[in-house]
Amino acid sequence: MNIHEYQAKELLKTYGVPVPLGGVAYSDKQAANVAEEISGDRWVVKAQIHAGGRGKAGGVRLAHSIGEVRQAADNMLGRRLVTHQTGPGGSLVQRIWIEQASDIAKEYYLGFVIDRGSQRITMIASSEGGMDIEEVNRTHPEKVIKETVDPAIGLRDFQCRKVAAAMGLRGKLMPQAVKIMKAIYRCIRDKDALLAEINPLAVNSNDQLVALDAKITFDDNALYRQHQINEMRDFDEEDPKEVEASGHGLNYIALDGSIGCIVNGAGLAMATMDAITLHGGRPANFLDVGGGASPEKVTNACRIVLQDPNVKAILVNIFAGINRCDWIAKGLIQAMESLNITAPMVVRLAGTNVEAGRELLESSGLSFITAQNLDDAAAKAVAAAQD
Amino acid sequence: MSVFVNKDSKVIFQGFTGEHATFHAQDAIKIGTQVVGGVTPGKGGTRHLGLPVFDTVASAVRETGADVSGVFVPPPFAVDAVMEAIDAGIKVVVVIADGVPVQDMVRLQRYREGKDCIVIGPNTPGIITPGECKVGIMPANIYKRGRIGVVSRSGTLNYEATEQMSALGLGQSSSVGIGGDPVNGTDFVTVLRAFEADPDTDLIVMIGEIGGPQEVAAAQWAKANMTKPIVGFVAGVSSPPGRRMGHAGAIIAGTSDTANAKMDAMEELGLYVARNPAHIGQAVMRALTESGIKY
Repeated sequence: MNIHEYQAKELLKTYGVPVPLGGVAYSDKQAANVAEEISGDRWVVKAQIHAGGRGKAGGVRLAHSIGEVRQAADNMLGRRLVTHQTGPGGSLVQRIWIEQASDIAKEYYLGFVIDRGSQRITMIASSEGGMDIEEVNRTHPEKVIKETVDPAIGLRDFQCRKVAAAMGLRGKLMPQAVKIMKAIYRCIRDKDALLAEINPLAVNSNDQLVALDAKITFDDNALYRQHQINEMRDFDEEDPKEVEASGHGLNYIALDGSIGCIVNGAGLAMATMDAITLHGGRPANFLDVGGGASPEKVTNACRIVLQDPNVKAILVNIFAGINRCDWIAKGLIQAMESLNITAPMVVRLAGTNVEAGRELLESSGLSFITAQNLDDAAAKAVAAAQD
Repeated sequence: MSVFVNKDSKVIFQGFTGEHATFHAQDAIKIGTQVVGGVTPGKGGTRHLGLPVFDTVASAVRETGADVSGVFVPPPFAVDAVMEAIDAGIKVVVVIADGVPVQDMVRLQRYREGKDCIVIGPNTPGIITPGECKVGIMPANIYKRGRIGVVSRSGTLNYEATEQMSALGLGQSSSVGIGGDPVNGTDFVTVLRAFEADPDTDLIVMIGEIGGPQEVAAAQWAKANMTKPIVGFVAGVSSPPGRRMGHAGAIIAGTSDTANAKMDAMEELGLYVARNPAHIGQAVMRALTESGIKY
C-alpha cells in the first residue's frame, strides 16, 4: 500500500526526520490559508497523487505570494495530472501540500528497502540526490552506497557514520544524518514498510538537512497489525474495479487489451497473459481467483472482467489444486445465465474434478468454447477476440 | 532418492485439526506419506485421523521421531510456528500460508542462521516426491515418479509444467515450490544444489517470475556448479512494471526484474529456456535429447 507524500512526511516527522513546515489543502482557499499560517515569503505547492514524476508534469510549483499559491492550487485541484507513472489517463488531483520553500545547497538520496538479495532491511544512499536512484545505479554504481541491517542488532550509529562519510556529509551534517537514518529505520521497522525513500534529502542554506520529498510503501500482508497506516489509505488513488475485486477476495489488475482473463494462481495468471501475447493478442486484465473459489466468486470474477468495455473475449484457465473444476464450471454457467454474456468464453479446465467440470459445461447447452491445454486456449481466445 | 522428503520422512502437521491440514494430511497419507501425528495447541492428548495430537512440536518430535513439518497455520502466526518447529529439531519445514508479513520472514531468516533446517515457503504449494511423500496442497494425482526435478515460485504454474511433462510421459523425482513471496525460506540455489546431488534426478525445470534477483543468481550459480541441464521459464513477459501481480514478490522494480531480462540472462548462462509457458514440456524434451539423456 502506498501513501501520499504529505502523509509520509507527517509520519517521518513523528520519528524525528526534519521536514519543511507545511500543510495539506483540498481547495484553493484552504491552500491560501495554509500558506498564511506557515508564513514565509516563498512556498512550494505540490499535487498529492501516488505516482512519481510530478515535477516534470507540472505538479510542483513555486509561489512567491499568497496569490500565486492560490493560483497554483486552482490550476492543480480537480485536474488530471499525467506523469510517466500514471498512464495516459493521469491521476485526479484532489489534495495538495503547501510547504515553505527551502534554499537548497545540495541534494542527496537516502532510502531503506527490504533487499531481496540479502533478505534484510538495507540502507541505500547517494550523493546524487533528486534523480532516479535506479538511473544513478546504472550510470554511476560507485555513487550508490549500501548498508545492510542485522534484524537482531538493529541499525548501529557507526553504520550510519560510515554511510554519511561516504555520502560526503561531514562536520555538523554528520550527526544530523545519523539521527535521520536511525529515524527512518525505526519507521520502516515499526510500520512494516517495504520501502521508505527521501529524495531529495537536502542541505539548506542554514546547514540543516531536510527531507524535501518522501515516499513510503507498506507491506499489504502486515496491514492487519498497522491500524494507523490503514487509515491513511486513499481509495481514490486505486482503480475502483480493483477495490471491488479485492472485496470479493479476487486479485484484479486492469490492463489495456481485449481478452479478459480469469485464472487461478498468480504465476499461471501471468503465464496465461504471456501465452495470449505470444499468440498476437493482448490481455485486458490480470485476475487470480485464488484457492477454493466458490461458484459465486467465479460469477463475480466474470462480472468484474466484463465491466471493462474493451473486453471482446474471455479466457478462463483453471488448474485446480485446492480448487474444484466442478465449482468453477457451476460459477461460469451461473455467470453466463445471469449476466447475459455475449462475449465468447474460452474455458480450459485441468486438475481436481476436471471430468465433472467438463461435463457440467457440455450438458449446460451454453456456448462455451472448450480448450484442451494452455496453447489451445490462448489460440482460441485470440481468434475469438478478432471475430 | 529425491530431495528433502522421501518415503522415510516422518511428517507432522502444525494446525493439524484445521480444515486444510486435515484435507491435505488425508491426501498425503493416500500416496504413502508417513504422517505420524500433528500439533494443535490446547488439543494435546486427543486423536485426529487416528493419529496423536500434541500441544507442542517438541512433544510431537519426542513421541513420534518426526523430522518434517507442514505448517498449516494462518499468516500472522506462521513464522512463530516455524521457529517452534526449528527449535524442536525438525529438519524440513513447509509453510503454506499466503500473506506472511515480509519482516517476519526477515527475522525468521536471521533466527535460522547456524541452524540445520530447510524452510520451504511461505506462499508455496509445498513439496512432493511422487509416490513417497507429499507435504503441501498440490493435487498429488498429476505427479508421477520420474527423473525430472521441478522447482518453481508459483504453484499453479508448477502444475501446468507438470501436466505438460506428463503428456510426454515424463515424471518427477521431486517437485518443490519455493513460494511467491519476496523473502522466502529456500531459494532456487538451495534446491538446485540438492537436485545436483540427487542421483535420481537427470534434469531440472526451474520456473520463475518477475521481480527480484534470484532466478539470475541461480543461473549464475548453476553455470559454475552444476553438471545437470536446466530448463528455465520466467512468467510475466506481458506484466506491467510497478504493479504487484498477485504474488507479493511479483513486481517489476527495475530493468533487471523483467521476465525477458531474466530469460535472456538464463540463456546466456547456458540454460535451456522455454519462452512460451505452453512449451515447457517441449523444452524439457529438447534438453533431454541434446544432453543425451535417455528417458
